[in-house]
Amino acid sequence: MTGRRAGLGVAVAALVVWSLAPAVWQVLTALKPDRDITRTPTVYLPDPVTWKHVEALWERKPFGVYLANSAGISGAATLLSLVLAAPAASALGRSPERSRRTILRALVVLTLFPPILLLFPLYEAVRALGGLNRPLALIVPYAALSLPLAIWILERGFGQIPAAVEEAAILDGLGPLSRVVRIQLPLAAPSLVTAAILVFIFSWNEFMLALTFMTRDQAKTVTAGIASVSGSSMFEIPWGQLSAAIVIATLPLVLLVLLFERRIASGLTRGAIKG
Amino acid sequence: MSGTLRGEGLSKVFPGGIRALDDVSFSVSSGRVLTLLGPSGCGKSTLLRIVAGLERATSGSLTLDGEPLDEVPPGRRDVGFVFQNYALYPHLTVGRNLSLALEARKLPRAEIEARVRDAARLLGLADLLGRRPSHLSGGQQQRVALGRALVKRPRLYLMDEPLSNLDALLREEMRGELKSLFGRLHATVLYVTHDQGEALSLSDEILVLREGRVLQTGSPQELYRRPADLFTATFVGSPRMAVLRGRCENGGFAGRGTRLGLPEGLPEEELVVGIRPEDVEVKAEPISGGVRAAVLLREPAGDRLLLTLGVGEESLRALTAPGEWPEDVWIRVPTEALHLFSAATGKRLEPRVR
Repeated sequence: MTGRRAGLGVAVAALVVWSLAPAVWQVLTALKPDRDITRTPTVYLPDPVTWKHVEALWERKPFGVYLANSAGISGAATLLSLVLAAPAASALGRSPERSRRTILRALVVLTLFPPILLLFPLYEAVRALGGLNRPLALIVPYAALSLPLAIWILERGFGQIPAAVEEAAILDGLGPLSRVVRIQLPLAAPSLVTAAILVFIFSWNEFMLALTFMTRDQAKTVTAGIASVSGSSMFEIPWGQLSAAIVIATLPLVLLVLLFERRIASGLTRGAIKG
Repeated sequence: MSGTLRGEGLSKVFPGGIRALDDVSFSVSSGRVLTLLGPSGCGKSTLLRIVAGLERATSGSLTLDGEPLDEVPPGRRDVGFVFQNYALYPHLTVGRNLSLALEARKLPRAEIEARVRDAARLLGLADLLGRRPSHLSGGQQQRVALGRALVKRPRLYLMDEPLSNLDALLREEMRGELKSLFGRLHATVLYVTHDQGEALSLSDEILVLREGRVLQTGSPQELYRRPADLFTATFVGSPRMAVLRGRCENGGFAGRGTRLGLPEGLPEEELVVGIRPEDVEVKAEPISGGVRAAVLLREPAGDRLLLTLGVGEESLRALTAPGEWPEDVWIRVPTEALHLFSAATGKRLEPRVR
């Protein structure tokens, strides 16, 4: 028994090292002086610790603006996605079993298409509508692309609510929208949080559309912004600054997930039992 | 404000062809309690849900105070529904559970508070208004479910086995409370249960349903004294009525190893005799017109003793005074206490009046 536990411990430790090592390496690189980053033999720990790279992000690039853009766009996309997904999920839950399944499957199929297929048509559409460099150009596609996921998660969450509770609400005179807002969403809060966080992460990390639609520096999100971090000459790759940018861009997501960790876990496993 | 509900020729066929209700008609007048009684799957809950508007009847019509109800959406039917599993809103306090329906109707704040307060006082929930349902006992949850119907002051109460999730002691207590509540509110109630005891004690009238058909409608007393068919006879009454199968021959009943006297005027055919345990007279010594029976089982039932007796190849049960009964006893059943049913149709046979 103890042997098995020890084995499990080793396996977990190995998995943690495997997963975290690149992240740790980014943090170390971000804090190292330039000459230590590329030196052989490898210098592992920053000595002395330098904040030069972090400062450079704000001095040479509007990194704060990137972060604010990302936060605003991801937040708005998340909101829009959930506002659209909740009534859809609610209606799906009340549909006959066959059409419900068919639609849910269709939603999965939708997510299988690589988003790059959308790039050119979307670009043409955004340009024609004068949307380049405007937040809406990303908010709407992000919300749309994450809709299937959000609907899936919410549909599962709503499905956990006993039918009688919904019927009680119907008999109490609550309309369809009122039931979603006052009964279903509060009761499916874990699923709601899960969906929100996953959509937010997707939007925050999205790169291709952001790079294509946001050409002006002031309009860029953090992912597109990182891509534009460059050295003083084309022959110099600013590893330190890139690492710092990546770490700072990731931190909000890490904090978000840590904050809602328990809710996410229960949201993802709810519905697993019912099958 | 209690309404009169009438259902006319209601049928319900579910997709897949399952016929849950078949031409059911009934009426509940203002201030009365009608119980839909039957085993599970008899269609009683379906009927209740149709009245609530949660299901649509395939055919037939409903009226409340003479106005057609069929096209009225469930939220506007002016009914208070009590669910079997309570179906409280787990995320809302007791107070909000009670007030939600009134908020949805956009009643004035003061009116809502007054109604919630009244209902809470009536049901003994006044101290619990700030609690969540998960912090209540089963009995308290049951009261909240009742209260949620009560605050609406509906014309009609619909109750779907409201007591079946309570333990036996609490069930009996709530049964009494319900009955006095119905009386005090002068409420029109459509009550669903599979528990015949509950039906007998709560109802002004009982409608017995089986496989979607109405077998009998009548007062509890009528149902008990003159069940219209064999099913109702054995379903209503506890301990159950004993059933003997045999023939009517030469004015008497010939069963498997038994003979009983029968009233006159019966056709000579296969028939079924039903005997309620309390109608069986048991003696330790031979009695005139009595039949010899073997005591198979003795079950004390408080102030009475329930004997299971072997008569010929049949068995029946008798409620007697407690005491030391010998292995063999003599029993007698007054002819007028016998319930007679046609073996072919299961319908009650009435001997021609002498």
